[in-house]
Order: sequence, then C-alpha cells, then structure tokens
Amino acid sequence: MAIEIEKPSSVRLSKVAISKTHGEDSPYFAGWKAYDENPYDEVHNQSGVIQMGLAENQVSFDLLEKYLEEHHEASSWGKGAPGFRENALFQDYHGLKSFRQAMANFMEQIRGGKVKFDPDRIVLTAGATAANELLTFILADPGDALLVPTPYYPGFDRDLRWRTGVKIVPIHCNSSNNFQITPQALEAAYRSAESMDLKVRGILITNPSNPLGSTIQSSILNDILDFAVHKNIHLVSDEIYSGSTFSPSEFVSIAEILRNRNYKDAERVHIVYSLSKDLGLPGFRVGTIYSYNDDVVTTARRMSSFTLISSQTQHLLACMLSNHEFTQNYIKTNRERLNKRYDMIIQGLKKAGIECLKGNAGLFCWMNLSPLLNEPTRQGELELWNIILNQVKLNISPGSSCHCSEPGWFRVCFANMSEQTLRVALQRIHKFMEQRKVCSVNR
Amino acid sequence: KVTCNSHGQDSSYFLGWQEYEKNPYDEVKNPKGIIQMGLAENQLCFDLLESWLAKNPDAVSFKREEQSIFKELALFQDYHGLPAFKKALVDFMAEIRGNKVSFDTDHLVLTAGATSANETLIFCLAEKGDAILLPTPYYPGFDRDLKWRTGAEIVPIQCSSSNGFQITESALEAAYQEAQRKNLRVKGVLVTNPSNPLGTTMSRNELDLLVNFVTDKEIHLISDEIYSGTVFSSPAFVSIMEVLKDRKLENTQVWERVHVVYSLSKDLGLPGFRVGAIYSNDPIVVAAATKMSSFGLVSSQTQYLLSAMLSDKKFTKEYISKNHKRLQKRQNKLVSGLEKAGISCLESNAGLFCWVDMRHLLSSNTFEAEMELWKRIVYDVKLNISPGSSCHCTEPGWFRVCFANMSEDTLKLAMQRLKSFVSSITIDNQTHQDLKNMRKKNRTKWVFRLSFQSFHDREQGER
Repeated sequence: MAIEIEKPSSVRLSKVAISKTHGEDSPYFAGWKAYDENPYDEVHNQSGVIQMGLAENQVSFDLLEKYLEEHHEASSWGKGAPGFRENALFQDYHGLKSFRQAMANFMEQIRGGKVKFDPDRIVLTAGATAANELLTFILADPGDALLVPTPYYPGFDRDLRWRTGVKIVPIHCNSSNNFQITPQALEAAYRSAESMDLKVRGILITNPSNPLGSTIQSSILNDILDFAVHKNIHLVSDEIYSGSTFSPSEFVSIAEILRNRNYKDAERVHIVYSLSKDLGLPGFRVGTIYSYNDDVVTTARRMSSFTLISSQTQHLLACMLSNHEFTQNYIKTNRERLNKRYDMIIQGLKKAGIECLKGNAGLFCWMNLSPLLNEPTRQGELELWNIILNQVKLNISPGSSCHCSEPGWFRVCFANMSEQTLRVALQRIHKFMEQRKVCSVNR
Repeated sequence: KVTCNSHGQDSSYFLGWQEYEKNPYDEVKNPKGIIQMGLAENQLCFDLLESWLAKNPDAVSFKREEQSIFKELALFQDYHGLPAFKKALVDFMAEIRGNKVSFDTDHLVLTAGATSANETLIFCLAEKGDAILLPTPYYPGFDRDLKWRTGAEIVPIQCSSSNGFQITESALEAAYQEAQRKNLRVKGVLVTNPSNPLGTTMSRNELDLLVNFVTDKEIHLISDEIYSGTVFSSPAFVSIMEVLKDRKLENTQVWERVHVVYSLSKDLGLPGFRVGAIYSNDPIVVAAATKMSSFGLVSSQTQYLLSAMLSDKKFTKEYISKNHKRLQKRQNKLVSGLEKAGISCLESNAGLFCWVDMRHLLSSNTFEAEMELWKRIVYDVKLNISPGSSCHCTEPGWFRVCFANMSEDTLKLAMQRLKSFVSSITIDNQTHQDLKNMRKKNRTKWVFRLSFQSFHDREQGER
C-alpha cells in the first residue's frame, strides 16, 4: 500500500525563535492579562483589578515635569534648534560625552559621593534589559552558567538565557535568615552547576534586591566577592534600584567594596544601572554597564551598536542630570516619598495581620502569605494567587514566578499608583483577611 | 565573543575612519584635513525637519493637543510600540512605495535601528551551522550584524561589473552550492534594495529571480529597504512586496518567508534616533521578533516625536519629493566631478553614494593595489572613501564614495583634489613609462609623443 509522504514543512525558524525561554507563558504574565481586561480606575472602574505587579516609580513625576517646564532646551535643542542636526546624526556608540559625565555624577550622588565613576567606563544600552543580556553574551558562552540568588526578577530567565544560550543556576536563599545570601548557598550552587557539567562564568546579584526590597549587607557583599575571586569568575551587580533606597546610608554598592580593597580584583566586577526605576522613565530606554575591565568595556561598547540610546533622549537626560540642583533635590525627595509609601503599605498590611520581610529599598515589599496556604506548595501558592487576582482583584506577583524556594511569598508594588488607590488596595486586603478569619471561625 | 573578530572592527574600513578622526576637514579650521566620504549620511534635508519642529513644538514638549502626556510616555515601554507611531510609519513606508503596497501595523516590529532589526531577524531565522546568502558587494556592517552574536555565517553571491553587478541565477545557485560544500544549511537570502554600496535599485527581473529561487529552495528572503526613500531617478523603486502582490503570491508559502527591514536613518537623516523596523508576513516571526525587541526598544520620547512628524502628510509629501530632488542634484555633481577627473562610476538612481570605478588607476589588478591606491587617497589626497574589498567586492578597483554628508562646496573641493591626484598619477606613470622605455635599446617615437592629454584620451576610451 502506498504511503502518503507528507511534503516537508517550510524551512524551520531558529531554535531561539520557537523556544519558550522568553518565559512569557508563565502565570506572571497571566496576571497582566487579567489586569488588562479589567483595569482599576479611580473614577471609571472602581471594581477593577488594581495593578500591583508592576515595579514602576510614579511618585516623583511632578519633579521631572517641573524641570522640563523650566528647561525647554533639554527637550528641544534650543531656539532655532542649532543642536538638532548634530544630535540627529550622533550615533557614536561611545555615547554622548556630556550624558556619560552626567550619568557618572548621578551614580556618585546616589552613593553619597563615597565612590567615583569614570565616564569612560560607562557603556550605554537601551535599558537594563539590554545591559544584562549584553554582559551575559560577553562573560559567558552558550551552555555556560551564571549563578543567581533566589528569589529573582522573572525577566532574568529571558534576559540572561534566551538568545545567549546561557543557563541560570539558582543560589537558594530562604526566610530563615531573611533570604540573605550565604557562603554555603554560594558553594552549593557552584557544586550543583558542576554536577550538571556546567561551567560557571559568574554571579549576578541585584542590589537592592528585586523582589525582596532590601539592600545586601556589606559583609555579604564581601563574601560574594571573595567567592568570585576564589572561583575566578565574574560578578555582575545590578544596582537598578540604588536610588530607591529609603535611607542613603543603608545602600552599599559593590563599588564601595572594591574601593575598600583598593580596587584589587576589580577587573571581574561589572555594575548595571538604569533610569527606569529611580527616575521612573522606563519608556526612554536608558541603561548602562559600568565595568572595571577594559576588554569588557571595549567589547560592550561595540555590542551596544545593537541597542543604542536615542540621541534625542541622551540629550534630554544629559541636561537634566547635569543640573546638580535638580538631581540633589530629586534623589532626596524621591527617597522620602518612597519611604512614606513603604510605611503606608507595611502599616496597612500589618493591620490586616500580614507580615512582610523588613525592607529598606525598591518599589515593592515582599509579603508573607504562607500562613494562608491550603498546602505549603507551589500549587497552594498559585491557588491563593488566583483568589487574590480574581476575588480581591489585586494583581500581585507570586514568589514562584521569582523562583522562590519557599511557597507563600508575594511581591507587592506600591509606587505605581496614587496614594488613594493604594488605600483602596489595602482596604480590599483587610476585608479579605477579615472574611477569612470569619470563615475559619465558623468552620 | 570577546576574543573572536566577527565584529570586524579591525578592518581597513575602520582604519580610514581613524585617520579621519585624527585630521578631520573643516572649511575654516582645517581646510587641509581629510574629507569624510565614507559615511552614508543624509544631510541634505535638515532644514525641512528643523522648520517642521519649529512649527510643531508640542511634539518635543511631550504635549498632545496642549495636554501633557509626559507621564504616559515616560512609562510606555510596551514592546508592541506606540500605536500612533506604527501607523504613521506604515503609512510613510507605503507613501515611499507610491502607495502601490500597504503595510499592516500588526506585522511591524520596532527596533533600535536597522542594525538591531537585521540582527534580530537572523536570530529568528538562523543559528550556528546556518548560512545567509548575500550578494556582493555588500555593506561591511553586515559581517557584524548578521554573524557576530547569532553564530550564523554569510556566503556571498558573487556579482560582477560585467552586468552592472546584478544578481544572476547562476550566481545564486553557485552560492547555494558553496554553502553546501562548507556544510552549512542555507536559511535565506538577504538583499539590500536599493543597494549599498551600488546605489542602484534592483530590477524587476532580479526580484523575480530571487522570488523563484527562495520558493524553489524553500528559504527566507530578507529585503533591507533602508534606502527606499532615496530613489531619485528612474527606474522607479520596486519593493519585494510589490512583486509578491503582482504575482499574486499572498496566500502561498513564500509569502510568509519574505521579511522587510526599514529605518529612518537614511531617508530622514536621523541615525542618532535609532528607529528601525522589521516587517514580516509570518506571525511567528513577528511574535518572536517583538519579544526580542525588548533588547532594543525605540525610546518612547522619539516614537512620539516621529509619530507627530510622519502623521503630517503634507510634510511627508513635501519631504519625500524634495529629498529626491536634492539627492539627484547632489549625485549629479559627484558624477560630473568624477568625470572631470577621468573617473567613471556605476550608473545609479538611489542611495547616498556612488560606486566608483578606479580600476584604471590601479598599478595591478589586485586587492593589494587597491589597498595601495586607497591609502594614497586617504593619506595623500585626504579623502576617506570606502575600498570595494571592505564590501567583499570580487573585483579590485571599486570604491564607494558618499555625496550627501557634506556641503556642496566641500564636495567640489573633494573633486578638485581627486582631479589633481589623477593628473599627478598620470604624469608619474608617464614619467615611469618614459624611464622604462629610455632604458630600452630600441626607442620608438610614440614614447615621446605620449602627453598627459593623449593618456587622458586613452583612459576615456576604456570607460
């Protein structure tokens, strides 16, 4: 009997194109969908889903808008636009010198002047998303591994792994010590990678941490750097939330640790930064890599061709961040407002009987709902998350999407809405907790 | 990635740039400096952009109908792109093609420049062990953009001056075989239309050949149409989309394997703004490329400015028309200037450069001689032009010379320098020839009769 031979399908796309490593099929993104379909609005849709899964900083726009009102030249190349054509033509991957200078100054100010940054070591990229991917391309080969402490930002699964072919091996952290990274956990992760025949090329930490909302202590940073030196691997410190530390004295940058060691071992250290969180400008795509390694700087610069920052935007931010009066005031005011928001949410949650990890930075808090789980499993966590999404109508991020090894933790953002909306959210949580108490009493 | 050299930045192409940087021409401050003719920039229409900006201040002050939209833009990082901008961009792309084709915003992906668009497409279509076929000569940047991080290889489709460097069926087939010989899986063909560095639009015949070839081999076709708005004389620009439409191929398999790349860097002269786009008929490619664009999104500030500008149809109509006229005028100036120096170039109707024939100035028909000549032009004549070898041209002696990145006066000066240089070589060659013949036992009369003039005439004949 003749066998029908199927015509071969047309030429396959690349493995990268059809893989799911972009991670966008996770529940994390399902929450977004629910929000998009029924978004809360103070006036038009008071029963809608409140978005608390988006780490945006909306508390300081008035400061930015005031600056723009008073400095038209930043957004318009001046009267008669003499700078327009030069700016429109500027595609040098070194980046606008004035902007790099302003960025270096801003990063110094955030760190209270405790360290200095060389503008020539700053490589510009279209956002920290690009910066992290770019560094991974440079520091590791396909099949190699990076160690990342859990819980971590879900986007890393895509940013570090998707097109690079590099793997993430988790450094497991848990609540017994407030999720701090320990030398034992580092060692265990390294051995785990070895057992899988993976070559470890570096460690990537986020400091202040997303999703924990806390800074990494000085002693731990030293341990991590020592570990990197001992294993002869790289250390990437994503300091995207450095300007969102509520109290300036509490943030210690890896740059300070290096300075304290007279920059010995610096050539393995690279810092990632962005204006998406501190300045609330994710749409402008402004990221940077700061590396103490000349080869990395040179290569990163060349690679940044694939992800340059619009010169129009570089010009705007060069003006803004060169204005010392503006930056000083902004950094200080932003911190105060975030602190106030944080206090508000923590008190509100406490009143509802919910504990959070003690935080001191970021745009979110790390909430412990493990007592509420039906079962202490990922499944139990997702069930609870579903209830919160569909009944309480709050989109928050389940710890499992952040690869947390303990179920029941959730990341809750507090800076991407008005105070009024935050109050509504807290009321809903309070009501939800009250109802659960009633239910358990009646059982 | 750090150690490999696929970024290509140590090539001669970049050395010319280095020399220019050390000693750049300036009309006032450095009139003896090196004139940059290796940069394909469009500086001819900035006045039109500036006047539009002066009339539309809201576009840069984050206002829409007097209302501030700063917060909205600052927070907008959706990789689907600003809808108003995508709409304005597809309309602009259609307008450039005489509205003979239209584009759907759902198939458009925004990227930080065509550099990013091309790389992203290759990430979607190919991987290590795969090859993309490219007609030579091609833009030197492709070596980095298509190969560096993707791991894919480029196999050239050799084109020659015998037919104006057009793509032929046999060249396509030969390239395909060559890839197989190297154990590479051919995933697609990438063409630049209009061509860089040739400055010519692809003929309908070539486009048909390409469609037939990729249909037969069941591979992809990428058409980088970054210069589509620079076509200043006939034949009119024919986009690959037009060919597919005319041949009624919309519901066939090949339709989903054709992808177009665009950018505003050349047509609008805005390379700094990083505005590129991928247009694909394959929803899977669109979906994958959209997610990948996270690594190179266009600044929302810039998307907004350009959505306002390109939505102004009165402006776009005037711009496209004036851009063509000015480019044509400028190209004519370069061509006639070269002619006066006894140099011809490939007849062109597009782009920001001419493909110049200096084979007659080579000391020998080799790439060494081309490098020798190029160095003399950079260091002695003080013009930075791009040698054909950097574009992977198979024939030595061709150079890409840009004409739209300088003032008319500067172009004039460049032509004068070139003319003097050619005269001097001719005299040198003549002197050299004289000396050679003097040493011969039998001296013939024609040696002494050879003057610059008749040597020049001989060159004319060889064009």
